[in-house]
Amino acid sequence: MELIDITAIWVAIIGLGVFMYVLLDGFDLGVGILYPFAPGETARDDMMNSVAPVWDGNETWLVLGGAGLLAAFPAVYAIFLPALYIGVFLMLAGLIFRGVAFEFRFKASRSRYLWNWSFAGGSILAAAAQGFVVGAYIQGFQVDGFTYVGGPFDWLTPFTVFTAVSLVLGYALLGATWGILKTEGATQQWLYRVTPVLLVAVVICLLGVSLWTPLTQERVMERWLSEWTLLWPLPALGLAAVALLWRSVQQRNEAYPFLCALALFVSAYVGLLASKWPYVVPPEITFRDAASAPESQLFLLLGVLFLLPVVMGYTAWTYWVFRGKVRSGVGYH
Amino acid sequence: MEALDPLLLSRIQFAFVVSFHALFPVFTIGLAAYIAVLEALWYRSDSPVYRRLSEFWTKIFAVVFGMGVVSGLVMSFQFGTNWSEFSFATANFLGPILSYEVLTAFFLEAVFLGILLFGRDRVPRGTHLFAACMVAIGTFISSFWILSANSWMQTPAGFEFRDGIVHVTSWAEAIFNPSLWYRFGHMALASLLTAGFVVAGVSAYFLLRNRAVETNRKALSMTLWVLLAAAPAQVFMGDLHGLNSFEYQPTKVAAMEGNWETRSGAPFYLFALPDSEQETNRFAVGIPNAASLVLTHQWDGEVPGLKEVSAEERPPVGIVFWSFRIMLAIGFLMLAVAAWSAWLRWRGTALENRRFLTTLQWMIPLPFVAVLTGWFVTEVGRSPWLIYGEMTLAEGLTPSLTGGMALFSLIGYVLVYAVVFTAGVYYVTRIVRKGPEAVGKIDEPGHAKRPFSAADVSFDDDPDFATGGR
Repeated sequence: MELIDITAIWVAIIGLGVFMYVLLDGFDLGVGILYPFAPGETARDDMMNSVAPVWDGNETWLVLGGAGLLAAFPAVYAIFLPALYIGVFLMLAGLIFRGVAFEFRFKASRSRYLWNWSFAGGSILAAAAQGFVVGAYIQGFQVDGFTYVGGPFDWLTPFTVFTAVSLVLGYALLGATWGILKTEGATQQWLYRVTPVLLVAVVICLLGVSLWTPLTQERVMERWLSEWTLLWPLPALGLAAVALLWRSVQQRNEAYPFLCALALFVSAYVGLLASKWPYVVPPEITFRDAASAPESQLFLLLGVLFLLPVVMGYTAWTYWVFRGKVRSGVGYH
Repeated sequence: MEALDPLLLSRIQFAFVVSFHALFPVFTIGLAAYIAVLEALWYRSDSPVYRRLSEFWTKIFAVVFGMGVVSGLVMSFQFGTNWSEFSFATANFLGPILSYEVLTAFFLEAVFLGILLFGRDRVPRGTHLFAACMVAIGTFISSFWILSANSWMQTPAGFEFRDGIVHVTSWAEAIFNPSLWYRFGHMALASLLTAGFVVAGVSAYFLLRNRAVETNRKALSMTLWVLLAAAPAQVFMGDLHGLNSFEYQPTKVAAMEGNWETRSGAPFYLFALPDSEQETNRFAVGIPNAASLVLTHQWDGEVPGLKEVSAEERPPVGIVFWSFRIMLAIGFLMLAVAAWSAWLRWRGTALENRRFLTTLQWMIPLPFVAVLTGWFVTEVGRSPWLIYGEMTLAEGLTPSLTGGMALFSLIGYVLVYAVVFTAGVYYVTRIVRKGPEAVGKIDEPGHAKRPFSAADVSFDDDPDFATGGR
């Protein structure tokens, strides 16, 4: 019909944006989730310093996800947010408390423990809320046309509680492996011990979700049975990532654990999207139904094609600037 | 049921969240520009005074910017949670605009802020200056886009409704809609004035106490020049903005003036209690013909009144009327202080005159009040419209939203912000009390700097500078 399918390009862009968010904010939320268990204040200083220069940029991907959804798939935006009203509030409250903790914690001493809790609690709350979103997406939404007509707590079911716990553990795994990369000494040793435990928990969670979903949703079951040749590389990639992660931690490798954790997230994320494709608001609305006007998609696309590579370029550059280990007791504070 | 009206609660929530949020960017936009200038001066002159000032204000910037980021995050989701019908209907325009804001501004600010705060000893001096400039430019780009979105809601253009959905017919007309440049200019000057008065007030605070005298004299002197230029410019800009509103939103201007009847030679009321029931003002004291003169630039110019439209299409007059007067009063007070500074400077005592310095110190909160009341005028003055003349607030509300949910989140945000705001003000005050002296000793320029350890800025215990971990 058209030479270029702009809507399909937008699926890819939003998919990439959300994924960038999950990976990047995932590891710095993970650092927060591990906070209460850290062996002492020095470890906490190091962990926070390892994400302090980059967390703000990471969180901006979430804002891009929100704004991008509104621009390209307004129906998703206008159904998800009302449906997840209370969950979204909790996520934002969590992100607020952890965000200000970065600045406040280093400026406090007697009240420092309060900001430790604010950082940890906020991170856990935000991660759990995002897990509820994932679960609610898998469950589907009750809509009439493009209007949400379900209740305020439809997102709260045993299944979504399970996905919330899963995502908290998943982010913790990302955070732990990030920490292995960025810290040294006692903090790193502690993270080497924590990582395998988290890995086992995450594998159990992934297996749980992977079985629960097709068993309760016929359409997902059909998808995985009918197109298994196309889909089998995903669990295979996940399995390989798990095995390599396990081994690299045993060998005290510093970079591989993080890369493997990223690969595990890739396989889970793509697998999830593949299960639901082409529905963006399951069970009824496809990405084509949800799309905004073609001229709006085009207008933004022209900018995105130029701007997104620039953004990713200077983001990569800051990671390069702050490469290497966090030095204990050194921060701008 | 009446008590838990989701529409009213959503309006209160939005007003609260956006007002709270607005306090931070209006300050950080101006402050980011100031920091970039200081970094540039330090780069050129190697004078440690600039470096010290930059580091001191960067610390404050970091705290305030952090609060701005986290409170701004809420805004980008609130359109969807509470105003989903509005979001859905306007997504074809607002979606790309807000996305462009993220792509051209938010990333720029957030990523380069990391370099500005943590990168001083990791990147060359020129690169660090570049990062400071990027943060400053990012804040201005951001305000351009968000004001474009807001202005479009005030003076919509370049679109048509098809089946209740906005379709853009001209991006240029929609983005550069009739009120954009007035709003942008007014807001940019407001940011310079806010940051200017804060820096001036804090410098005056130190000078009154004989602390870091050379550094603070430099800061105050620089800032007073900015205020001297920005304060008169703002009065001029405000007048232009008012004339633009008068052309496109006459009902709003009628509410600002408390003018019920269409009449020629309308007075400017210095005091009045607008009464919406009786459609008149009580206890009105006005300057004859002044409103007509300002709005039409003619002594007897005709000014349309509130009664031109039905009662349902009028905003709450009292809030708009009084917010406008508070903003105006503060604006002229700022102008007076700027003029005073010029007089004292001519006499050579601007940096010593204690009465002047004390006044500056007390001026610190006023620009914030002016910004808030200014936004009250423009936002409340738009009601009952969400998109002026096109869509009402009630039509934009999320259908599935119940009063209970709205109340829950409203209380939640109030609590969260109360905690964050209290802590933020507390920490900023502590940074200010410690002053620029606390920003470490400056080594010889060009040499890699020792970064500051966490112990340097522990504020809860009474600080002992000597043991600051260096």
